[in-house]
Amino acid sequence: MLLQPALVFSALLFTIGVVGVLLRRNAIVIFMCIELMLNAVNLTFVALSQRYGLDGQVFVFFVMTVAAAEAAVGLAIIIALYRHHATANLDTINLLRG
Amino acid sequence: MREVIFYVAGIIVLASAVACITNRSPVASALWLVAVLFNLSVAYVLLDAHFIAALQVLVYAGAIMVLFLFVIMLLNIGRPGPTDIKGARGKLIAVVAGLLMVAELAALRSVELPSEASLPDGAVARIVERQGAVQAVAIPLFQQYLIPFELTSIMLLAAVVGAVVLAKRKL
Repeated sequence: MLLQPALVFSALLFTIGVVGVLLRRNAIVIFMCIELMLNAVNLTFVALSQRYGLDGQVFVFFVMTVAAAEAAVGLAIIIALYRHHATANLDTINLLRG
Repeated sequence: MREVIFYVAGIIVLASAVACITNRSPVASALWLVAVLFNLSVAYVLLDAHFIAALQVLVYAGAIMVLFLFVIMLLNIGRPGPTDIKGARGKLIAVVAGLLMVAELAALRSVELPSEASLPDGAVARIVERQGAVQAVAIPLFQQYLIPFELTSIMLLAAVVGAVVLAKRKL
């Protein structure tokens, strides 16, 4: 059974995604790190679906759909921000900062 | 053999992910992310999820990554410029948060997986063998999860309309 190593890989991949979000300033790269985290969750679902039935794979299907919709909307937001600020650097986009 | 290929794919996934978050150029990051997604699909094949592996290559490595590269091209931020990686303080915070996260996830190792719901060994592989890789996923998707599936189409429509409204200069 590959369940244990798959869960370990998934945990490490999720952590790399979190570190990436905290490490970078570029909005597009932060978005890629969110995709990394979603993929880590997908790996957990697939690994556990080996043991608990195929519903896990159906959930991966839904996660992929949500990721696609999220990428489309998020990248549209980045384009709108870039048009306004002429940068994708999130540190300079601080209109809501107190 | 199966284990060896799985470990190799997993290590390539983790190494590519690290390269993805540490590379200065967004285009290089995107290409490392493609490597992550491809090697994850190798892992899915070894976990008996053949249909999900095909979807991973088609939808993630194909469609979503093209969208990313397209936006990088559109915003013209592909050329190497000043680095966007945070300074020493940001790096410290990121590493500490990462170690904390690993520690929390490692604590989950003590949790026992519920055994009453678990299927016997190789049950899913037998279902896939009997029904085929696509049908094995399609039957629960279109019977048990039909309403969520239809709601997904409404969500996709909303996302399409939202993306157009947000990205368009003037309607």
